[in-house]
Amino acid sequence: MSAPTPKGVLTTPIFKNNPIALQILGICSALAVTSSMSVSLVMTLAVIFVTAFSNLFVSLIRHHIPSSIRIIVQMTIIASLVIVVDQILKAYAYEMSKQLSVFVGLIITNCIVMGRAEGFAMTNSPGLSFLDGVGNGLGYGFILMTVGFVRELLGSGSVFGVTVLETVQNGGWYVPNGLLLLPPSAFFIIGLIIWVLRAVNPEQIEETEFKMKENSQPKEAV
Amino acid sequence: MAQSNNSIKKILTVAFALCIVCSIIVSTAAVALRSKQQLNQELDRKSNILSVAGLYEPGTDIEEAFQQVTPRVVDLRTGEYTDQFDPATYDSFQAAKDPAQSRTLSGEKDIAGLSRQENYSTVYLVGDPDDPEQVILPIRGQGLWGLMRGYLAVQGDGNTIEGITFYSHSETPGLGGEVDNPRWKAQWEGKEIYADADSAQPAIQLVKGGASDETEVDALSGASLTSNGVTNLVQFWLSPEGFGEYLARFRSGVDREEVQGASTDQTEGA
Repeated sequence: MSAPTPKGVLTTPIFKNNPIALQILGICSALAVTSSMSVSLVMTLAVIFVTAFSNLFVSLIRHHIPSSIRIIVQMTIIASLVIVVDQILKAYAYEMSKQLSVFVGLIITNCIVMGRAEGFAMTNSPGLSFLDGVGNGLGYGFILMTVGFVRELLGSGSVFGVTVLETVQNGGWYVPNGLLLLPPSAFFIIGLIIWVLRAVNPEQIEETEFKMKENSQPKEAV
Repeated sequence: MAQSNNSIKKILTVAFALCIVCSIIVSTAAVALRSKQQLNQELDRKSNILSVAGLYEPGTDIEEAFQQVTPRVVDLRTGEYTDQFDPATYDSFQAAKDPAQSRTLSGEKDIAGLSRQENYSTVYLVGDPDDPEQVILPIRGQGLWGLMRGYLAVQGDGNTIEGITFYSHSETPGLGGEVDNPRWKAQWEGKEIYADADSAQPAIQLVKGGASDETEVDALSGASLTSNGVTNLVQFWLSPEGFGEYLARFRSGVDREEVQGASTDQTEGA
């Protein structure tokens, strides 16, 4: 792997090495907060903030972190940042923080944040680590916004809360798809996004680790 | 990693310094933003109260609109106002957890699934406090997935519903979550709580397949259990277990002084 460049760390996580689509990290929150776009946007901003600054701080003190307690050190930094974000949301975006509720707190356990702190910030310079955090946050946000767009448009007939398809409940014609309001629907959408990304970038397709045996015929089995 | 980083001394120093720095950052954020957060919670509560009373439009100045609302603490057992608590600071949710200020609800009485109920609750009077246009009652109860909390606005006659709102619930989005839907909530306006003037038990309920009279509201489609929950909690809070005694004052339409005198005797007798 070549040395990371500022532009590289910022842009590759969006399509080429997307934390959700390629590394399949951070799925849980992507399922939970994507029922509307405005919530997805705030969540994206929160995650960008946390990954960027946790990477920055971890990288700043990386030469002093004892390896035996490095995970705890990273977690402490991440947790502190998440609490700060939560407090800020409660003070300046109260409605939004009510909707996000526990999921802001759960950024602490988001594998992307932890993964970047351990996998990148521990071995790279602060500036680069900061950009890497922003990049991965953007990659996460790209998926979140796409999933949020599909779910909100087809599930509630609106985009950012603005009605696009007038739903039957409100006297319109569009029968909303209730499944898309429920978290499991995000699985389908993320699956489709992964399919598209891997069709465009075939190098993302993983090699099969083992070959599945073909179905045995009833005769052979007996 | 240099060896020196893993010495016990270094580990303890790093851990300690990190904890100090992080706790300073976290507590600074918490303290600096607390007043703003409390203001938000307060505004949120007020906007819920105003919206159930139909006094809230997006863009309304909440503080100004709230001028016409007077909070009072009511003793649920007698239906009397009490000055024992300051309405601005009294927290009925806290009181419901305090054995000294609440009572346990047993089996069949506990239709709303609360298990404990406070003895005193805060009501909000819209207009003249002595002869309010509307009384706003806090209601809560179990839905399908969890506790639903909201407000019910009743007109000055103590019988006609002005509006209902749920400000916190965890019902299924699109099904039970439609308790938030303004079109569904709009149906409640003008509904009547009691079937006739003498009954103490509320008749208001959610029915499937279309409401046919003034005490029936259309149930939420695809959400029978949430609808049952709403029926139960509304009936519970409007029954003598909840605000029934209090609403009776308005329903009888007698002069308030007289009523207060009469019921004081009752309490002494009891």
